[in-house]
Amino acid sequence: MKPAAFAYRRPQSRREAVQQLLDAGEDARVIAGGQSLMAVLNMRLSQPSTLIDISAVDELRYIERREDHLAVGAATTQAELLEYAELPDAVPLVHEVLPWVGHVQTRNRGTVCGSIAHADPSAELPLCLATLGGEVVLETRRGKTRHVSGETFFQGVLTTARRSDELITEVRFPLARSGHRYRFTEVAMRHGDFAIVALAADISDQRIRLGVGGVADRPVVREFAPDDDLDASLNELAWSLGAEDDAHATAAYRRHLVRELGRRLIAPNEIEEIADASTT
Amino acid sequence: MNSEAPLRDSLQTTHLGTRQPRVEDEALLRGLGRYADDIAIPPGTLYAAIVRSPHAHARLKTIDVEPALALPGVRGVLTGEDVQRWAAPFPVGVRQPMAHWCLAVDKVRHVGEPVAVVIAEDRYLAEDALDAVKVDYELLEPVIDPEIATGTESPVLHEAVGGNVVNDRHFVYGEPRGAFEDAAHRLSLKVRYPRSACTPIECYVVLGQYDPAEGGYDVMANFQGPYAIHSVMARALGVPANRLRLRTPPDSGGSFGIKQGVFPYVVMMGLAARKVGAPVKWVEDRLEHLQGASSATNRVTTIEAAFDDEGRVSALRFDQLDDCGAYLRAPEPATTYRMHGNLTGAYDIRHLEVRNRIVMTNKTPTGLNRGFGGPQVYFALERLMQRIAVELEIDPLTVIRRNLVPTGAFPYRCAAGALLDSGDYPGAIDMGVEEGGLATLLERRDAARAAGRLYGIGYTVAVEPSVSNMGYITMALTPEERRKGGPKNGAVSTATISVDPLGGVSVHVSSTPQGQGHRTVAAQVVADVLGVALERIRVDVELDTGKDAWSIASGNYSSRFAGAVAGAVHRAALKVRGRLAAIAAHQWQVAADDVQFADGRLFTLDDRHSAAFHRIAGATHWSPGTLPEGEPGGLRETAFWTPDELTAPDDDERINSSLCYGFIFDYCGVEIDVLTGRVEIDRYVTLHDAGRMLNPQLVDGQVRGAFAQAVGAALYEEFSYGEDGSFVSGTLADYLIPTAMEVPDPTILHMESPSPFTPLGAKGVGEGNNMSTPVCIANAVADALGERIDPAAIELPLTPAKVRGLIGIEEPARPEGVGEADVETASGGGSKLTASDSVEIPASPQAVYDSILDPEVLQVMIPGCHSLELTGDNAYHADVTVGVGMIRARFDARVELTDLDPPHALRLSGAGKSGMGDASGEAKIRLSELGNGHTRLDYDYEFAIGGKIASVGGRMLSSASKLLIGQIFSRLSQQVSGGRIRHSLWQRLTARFHRGGDQ
Repeated sequence: MKPAAFAYRRPQSRREAVQQLLDAGEDARVIAGGQSLMAVLNMRLSQPSTLIDISAVDELRYIERREDHLAVGAATTQAELLEYAELPDAVPLVHEVLPWVGHVQTRNRGTVCGSIAHADPSAELPLCLATLGGEVVLETRRGKTRHVSGETFFQGVLTTARRSDELITEVRFPLARSGHRYRFTEVAMRHGDFAIVALAADISDQRIRLGVGGVADRPVVREFAPDDDLDASLNELAWSLGAEDDAHATAAYRRHLVRELGRRLIAPNEIEEIADASTT
Repeated sequence: MNSEAPLRDSLQTTHLGTRQPRVEDEALLRGLGRYADDIAIPPGTLYAAIVRSPHAHARLKTIDVEPALALPGVRGVLTGEDVQRWAAPFPVGVRQPMAHWCLAVDKVRHVGEPVAVVIAEDRYLAEDALDAVKVDYELLEPVIDPEIATGTESPVLHEAVGGNVVNDRHFVYGEPRGAFEDAAHRLSLKVRYPRSACTPIECYVVLGQYDPAEGGYDVMANFQGPYAIHSVMARALGVPANRLRLRTPPDSGGSFGIKQGVFPYVVMMGLAARKVGAPVKWVEDRLEHLQGASSATNRVTTIEAAFDDEGRVSALRFDQLDDCGAYLRAPEPATTYRMHGNLTGAYDIRHLEVRNRIVMTNKTPTGLNRGFGGPQVYFALERLMQRIAVELEIDPLTVIRRNLVPTGAFPYRCAAGALLDSGDYPGAIDMGVEEGGLATLLERRDAARAAGRLYGIGYTVAVEPSVSNMGYITMALTPEERRKGGPKNGAVSTATISVDPLGGVSVHVSSTPQGQGHRTVAAQVVADVLGVALERIRVDVELDTGKDAWSIASGNYSSRFAGAVAGAVHRAALKVRGRLAAIAAHQWQVAADDVQFADGRLFTLDDRHSAAFHRIAGATHWSPGTLPEGEPGGLRETAFWTPDELTAPDDDERINSSLCYGFIFDYCGVEIDVLTGRVEIDRYVTLHDAGRMLNPQLVDGQVRGAFAQAVGAALYEEFSYGEDGSFVSGTLADYLIPTAMEVPDPTILHMESPSPFTPLGAKGVGEGNNMSTPVCIANAVADALGERIDPAAIELPLTPAKVRGLIGIEEPARPEGVGEADVETASGGGSKLTASDSVEIPASPQAVYDSILDPEVLQVMIPGCHSLELTGDNAYHADVTVGVGMIRARFDARVELTDLDPPHALRLSGAGKSGMGDASGEAKIRLSELGNGHTRLDYDYEFAIGGKIASVGGRMLSSASKLLIGQIFSRLSQQVSGGRIRHSLWQRLTARFHRGGDQ
């Protein structure tokens, strides 16, 4: 459990970070909190030639509430976002979800963008980004940036649309819209474990967006109209994810949870009950 | 009866029995503990990393260490050849021709089995060289399931034995046959107890040294005992026991039995040090620990009871099949026999029949683990008692009460020979029902059920044995074999007390505590006997076999401290006290019996004489000339103690397998979430009668710790293996230990029935909940689920998915055209995957076919292929980097195209090795022409992966392999249709170069 040798860079600016990424080539890895990468390095499942540690880049450490989104810089930790006073109002889904992301200790080091970059199919933050329709901002040579939507960014297990010469500089979560309700639920073996099934929903009178994590190889988002046959839609969604058996849960159990938790999460009467509860 | 009992009863106790805070804690809480890895190492120490088998079962063909030796910083590689030259196999506890060496010599028999040791200047360099040790394996079929392993068709692990069952014993006590014939009812239940282990924070640490001058080994290891295994290590090293100096560190980061299993590494690192002529240190990492350290024994039990209409059981039949893994490692098969004398539990059942078989499978060898044998026995027995109650429609607690060993029957000789020392089982049940609030719990169940919720109550009674009889292990032998081998019995404990010239008291015990607080209790015992303050006493718990008093029963196991070791401390303290009393009596001209000890002074009750403790004790050093005749001066006393009750097994196969037997009564209420299947423990009550409590705070700590681990065993933890023998629980994200969030606070109740057989009346209490809690929770879950489920289907761990599956998932049909109708992943948590998929390619089948056979296209098809070298007809050697996200491995692979049926079908297969593990797969490809001139390429693939990646990456393996295999065919499609993929200049050059090289 000792990593193979690597070159270590600790850029001080965003420009320097991008340049070092370009210089180091395809085998370089960006590290911030290291909560996923360090374990992988120690197990030698990854043997990058160079590690570019962006945790000292102050200009990437920010949370900004802009006109229609909340921007979170690449060096910002999950704990910092959870402590951000405006979060419950700005992006209530993320506020609800963050306590489910690992534990206090891992959130103190783990970054928001790092979790997005890692693209674990069971991780909660990618699920939020996809469900809310947020986006990822990537930067490459000469300050050129590219914006990729949360739904297309995740391409498979641990696989994203990021190119090897691009640095994720920030992620953007759309601000809560009036008339929308945001809900989240998860089943994991223990609190803080990888989700067996995680569900996030963005619900309005016009449409329901439901995201599922932990089942397919990436977060999958479906949109329903409130007058759709919900049970049929959820069953279709459950079967479409290609659920599989693993050591902790069967495929049938995962489909069951998608259907049943999904219904509880978005069924109209359930929504009312929750709304009532939250006002009392 | 014990000779010390009267003395014990006359003693004043101001410290013993109080909730004395632990003297250990301040240093531990301040980060000042001295664990094995903190111990200073000699200059020039080198570091080891271990090459381990990625395969469950394979023949070792060759090991090439030269590439590793060529790497910087590598100083040597120890292999099976060295081990065979310098050492011997470990002695085995049954008479069978099966050899277990500290490094594999002929075959590997489980994933993670050590094959070679790389010794380098630091751990990083040692790990760098692991992949450079080239091991050639010939794969053999593995067997994982213990029942399948008993069959004649099964692969055999140890060929010389001729089968996998290495021990088969049958016992009859009383007249079970008649009892079963006469009984009004019989009920049988088959249960499986899974593999799990109590997992310490600190893994194994070994520092090995070899002294060529004396030909001796000096090893520091966090070994916990039993020290009977010192003999096993010395014999394996081929040295007299006094040439193996084994030392342990002062503090432990936990063990729970597991650190018994470090012993093969003690031998291994001793030999590694000999190999390189320098001290060698090895620290086990978590993956090594989970996949290869040790485990509790998994067991398949068929248990049967004969009983009357009232639920009174007259006879029991056990058929136990114990899966000890790949080797029978000392002290196994002790798991099977630890409970043997008290197999009838807390019940008065006179007729008993037992069949015990030990079977080998391709899994990690088993060993000591908290509860050792108890969880397995009680899971079968207490599940059966619950079933009897359900069958007769009697309250389970009533069935329990009707069968208990009655009050006043102690000491009670069980059918199989255990001598239950003391207790009041019916009284304890009454107390537990009353003080634990059973009535309230029953009301909660009624209310929950009335509201349509799934709520159940489970009960367990258990006898908790402690202070093992070293002779019980010989129950695996026949009486005749035992006679030949000579009797084995007893359990010697030791303690040494010395008083220094300034009056400080030093105590040494050979109990190698693993966090329990032995230093605290030993000091309490001594403080009471010598009348000195706790602060004046220092307890040393390091053990140095070269210098300290020890015996084979030394060490930390079978909850033997309170019952045995504290008694030895007491006896040593009495010896010191006797000498001091004689000295004072001589000075004061009084009778020795009149000398009192308290508050740091020796005095007489009439106040005429008084002296400070250090004055009298100091006289033995400073003025030996003033001492009475016969007093030799100096002050150091060692006591050895063994109980008379621990006799060897008799010819009727009865064995008093332990000295003391505590009593446990547990009950709990659980609620099952109907939606998720999650089991929530609503309330857990646990009553313990562990004899006299020496320190109730430590007793509570033991109960809480065992309870937490038992919750893990009941609901979370399992060492999972794929059918191919791959180990799939290699990280703490897959092997799930409950945290403070998951463990409820139990209600702990106590009763004290002192043991008449131990010097202080105490019994062990460290393992009880490991034995009682898993089945108690299982009984509650069974009660909650009710009649709808098959009783045998209640298997641990009761995970949400499993429990929800028991409730039954009625799935709406798969909508037409949704999902991947023809993709079925055969898995079950294993690492072998099969699936099918298809891709449409805009070219004719002939063009597609030709492309696949074109090496240049093939190279581009294989993602991350650096080079492809033709080695035969459509056979290649490939250098491939396979990656998913941040995870990358470079494989040295063979690729082959076979079963050629142009242009309709062919088979693409590959197998490769990397530092991450081995992978092999094959795809059957079928090409069919579509109307538009395109080709539909269907492929069925099988993919298997072993080694590290299977152990740590299980959660994503299936998705990842699907992704990679999908890439192969999408790249083919792109290539054939003139898509985006182009050869890089480098790829083209290397491809040409290799082809050129072949011509």
